[in-house]
Amino acid sequence: MSLDIIPLPRRDRMAILARSNGGRLRDLWSTLGLDPAYKSVRGPESGLVMLRGRVGGTGEAFNVGEATITRASIKLEDGSIGHAMALGRDVEKARLSAVIDALCQDTAMAARIDAALIAPIKSELDAADEERRQETAATRVDFFTMVRGEDQ
Amino acid sequence: MYVAVKGGEAAIDNAHRLLADRRRGDRSVPALTLEQIAGQLALGVDRVMSEGSLYDRRLAALAIKQARGDMIEAIFLLRAYRTTLPRFGHSEPIDTGAMLVERRISACYKDLPGGQLLGPTFDYTHRLLDEELDGDPTIEAGDKRTDPQEPVTRIADILGAEGLIEEDETAFGEPGDITQTPVEFPLSRAMRLQSLSRGDEGFLLALGYSTQRGYARSHPFAGEIRIGEVEVEIFMPELGFAVPVGRVQLTECQMVNQFKGSAKAPPQFTRGYGLVFGQSERKVMAMALCDRALRAEELGEDIVAPAQDQEFVLSHCDNVQATGFVEHLKLPHYVDFQSELGLVRTMRAEHDQVANDVAFEAKEAAE
Repeated sequence: MSLDIIPLPRRDRMAILARSNGGRLRDLWSTLGLDPAYKSVRGPESGLVMLRGRVGGTGEAFNVGEATITRASIKLEDGSIGHAMALGRDVEKARLSAVIDALCQDTAMAARIDAALIAPIKSELDAADEERRQETAATRVDFFTMVRGEDQ
Repeated sequence: MYVAVKGGEAAIDNAHRLLADRRRGDRSVPALTLEQIAGQLALGVDRVMSEGSLYDRRLAALAIKQARGDMIEAIFLLRAYRTTLPRFGHSEPIDTGAMLVERRISACYKDLPGGQLLGPTFDYTHRLLDEELDGDPTIEAGDKRTDPQEPVTRIADILGAEGLIEEDETAFGEPGDITQTPVEFPLSRAMRLQSLSRGDEGFLLALGYSTQRGYARSHPFAGEIRIGEVEVEIFMPELGFAVPVGRVQLTECQMVNQFKGSAKAPPQFTRGYGLVFGQSERKVMAMALCDRALRAEELGEDIVAPAQDQEFVLSHCDNVQATGFVEHLKLPHYVDFQSELGLVRTMRAEHDQVANDVAFEAKEAAE
């Protein structure tokens, strides 16, 4: 599956990285043969984020409860800074995602990474969503009316 | 007087060692993996996340394993764990309307846009024990339906179009946080919902049930229950925009209640709201019933029942606090008890003295 825009907007790429499985991300990363030098700016570190909902679904915000989250920020030798934040406690995934975010500030590199790494992850995530949607659809109630007979 | 304050150390160490042994059980049986707990006891894991107020399936599975399946102990473990982590901030408010729906039902409308989607439910099962599950039978995957599906519209939007249901009030500013500030009554609805969302399922279920039985007049309909994953976004000041950081599974309930109107509002339907982590339909329905009951004052209703009393409901719905206070009774109270023992002995002696005096006077009078 190809992506609509290559390279992707930064936010979309970050969203896909955040949802990726850490092991899968590392496997695909290793196929790229990249090993950039970088310095850690922050983390990777795990902590909490308070998840907010809305009263009644669309009203004022309220605090539902916390979730674990891991973040990382790194700086490449050329000065590009990359950020990553993902639910869960996978520090290696956050670190690698930040490196990828920094690398992708170069358009040519972004195109290469999007094609080799982001596109396959996105298509796998989309396929999983579609499967879930179809399984749910199979449980949809199809009401039909019956003739009771007293009119005949 | 000297009081023995030491000596339990070896006994405690050995008790914990014995606990570890009993938890592991028969060594010829394979140990449970966290994947097994998270995957096959998923609703128990969801309850621990919800009442532990921490969304992390693996940690909740670990807590259940460590607690030997004692849910409140597991919830306690998760609450304790969260105090060890720094808080990075808060998410943008989640949009449950954009949920990837796994189940959505409405008891109000048969044919609502998006349809009645049953999903993986216990409803309509016969509640007969399935002896096949005693083994490891081959289980078929769920069936699929590929025709295009329409968007799953919220019930509130359908009734809202006619103006027959109250609308959500938008407000700006920071909602209060019961984990950061001491609770002072009355609490805002936002803070009540936070408290209810992590409240004990059993306690809220009983209170919700009480409202249906007449302790607070309530005529609820399950307007909508939806379960599914929603995207979480966090604003990153470094970037100047909000970034999606992954998804969480939530259950949401819109309970619709008849309302005859008041001086301020016309007759219309009002709503009770529930939102909890994971798949937890009973809890979210109970939460929505309690939320509606706790709005009594706002809606000009008489406060006559326990479920309408926010101090009663919210001070007692937290099972970690409740178990802490109840279970502390088993800790050593030797000195307190000695002082009470002394007091009771004194009172007893005075009581006996009075009884003796009365008997003596009665005897004298008789003579």
